[in-house]
Amino acid sequence: MKKLFLLLFSLCSISAFAAEPAEGGEFNPGDMIMHHIGDEHSWEFAHGATLPLPVIVYGKNGLDIFSSSNFLDEHHNPKPYKGYVMEHNHIYYANEEGEPVVEKNEKGEEHHVGPLDFSITKNVASLFISVALLLGVFFTIAGRYKKNAGSAPRGIQSFFEPIIIFIRDDIAKPNIGPKYQRYLPYLLTIFFFIWFNNLLGLMPGGANLTGNISVTLILALFTLIITVFSGNKSYWGHIFKTPGVPVALLPIMIPIELVGILTKPFSLMVRLFANITAGHIIILSLFSLIFIFQSVAVGPVSVAFAVFMNFLELFVALLQAYVFTLLTAMYFGGAVEEHDHADDMGHGDGAHH
Amino acid sequence: MDLVTPGIGLIFWQTVTFLIVLFLLSKFAWKPITNALRERETSIESALRMADQAKLEMQALKADNEKLLQEARIERDRILREASQAGNALLEEARTRATEEGTRMIENAREAIVNEKKAALTEVKNLAANLSIEIAERILKHELKDSAAQQALVNDYIKEVNLN
Repeated sequence: MKKLFLLLFSLCSISAFAAEPAEGGEFNPGDMIMHHIGDEHSWEFAHGATLPLPVIVYGKNGLDIFSSSNFLDEHHNPKPYKGYVMEHNHIYYANEEGEPVVEKNEKGEEHHVGPLDFSITKNVASLFISVALLLGVFFTIAGRYKKNAGSAPRGIQSFFEPIIIFIRDDIAKPNIGPKYQRYLPYLLTIFFFIWFNNLLGLMPGGANLTGNISVTLILALFTLIITVFSGNKSYWGHIFKTPGVPVALLPIMIPIELVGILTKPFSLMVRLFANITAGHIIILSLFSLIFIFQSVAVGPVSVAFAVFMNFLELFVALLQAYVFTLLTAMYFGGAVEEHDHADDMGHGDGAHH
Repeated sequence: MDLVTPGIGLIFWQTVTFLIVLFLLSKFAWKPITNALRERETSIESALRMADQAKLEMQALKADNEKLLQEARIERDRILREASQAGNALLEEARTRATEEGTRMIENAREAIVNEKKAALTEVKNLAANLSIEIAERILKHELKDSAAQQALVNDYIKEVNLN
């Protein structure tokens, strides 16, 4: 990676002299990239091929459902609709001039106000597609297992079976222990959910779903909730009365342990979000080089690097799904682990009584 | 900062959808799949165990067969040995008997020969005696036709008797 960036920077410095300032509509790679990795109320597959998506808002006038194409007039200029206006893919209340309503908060800072936006955005639509795919694939596989019970797997079944067995035998069993059965469905679901969505995000025109903080937040939150609710006596004992720690230190230790409960899923959330988003940003940056330099010569170089990055991202897609699942399993394992009462502070090296 | 600000809409949809997916997949996909996998694994395991058992049984059977074969071989050897011994004994006996018989027959033959010889000798002696007597008679008859000859003979005899 370092070499890659070095090469890129050297390329930038050489070509910077040759690059002419762009005429007319200046290309802004930052805006383009942010637009691509962000959410939208319409799905642009390619330039000109845009699918307007439904807007669902709950505001002053109750629930409103309409197409997002209503926010654009025939010349593709923004216009207010039903008292709402869309700006930078956010929906706000519109005033008489068709501009977003501005309110001042307690500190006197100006900000736009809007309704609660439950729209089927690009990300939500992509989420539905991935879910349909997940259900389709795994119901098919489950059907195969019922139909040819006891025989060797075939086709799609034989592709996914090793992965399922890997998650069971190499993630769930060693990390959770004998109670792994209870958590296996969750682990399988998050693994395939993240993997499928990572891959869908790499498709051209795909949405950056797993690189969206809301999605990773919810996934991490589920892990947190399940961990907290499956925590046994020994788990809570280690948090509120860590073995081997003097009582005088407990007022410091308890808050640290409590924060520790939250930092684990927080790291899950940020790791997945950052990895996927970063991958998208790098690929888009590589393509942006062509437009920054406005040179056909940069094209092949950019494409070569982008292809390489895409392969890397295919690997990252799987790796991040694995990491998320593995860490989740480890947190579950920590919550259900039965410690012996040796004073080993959970390292297993204490004296056994 | 838009990038790291969670949106209420996506949070809502993600929660709802993920819960539905989790429920549906757990109930209709993971449960049958993991059950099927477990069943298959146990069936494979039991099949392997059975194969192992069969192998052991096979080995035991083979060992039994080997043992039987070995016993049979020993038996055969024993029978052969006994038979050859019996044969040898029979042969030996036959030979001894034959020798004895032969000896006995030779003995008998020799005895018979001796007897025959004796008989023949006696007969020859008798015949010779008779012939001698006849010859002597004839000679005497011939010799003693004239009385001078008879006188001479008697004189001879008397002479001989005197000399003895």
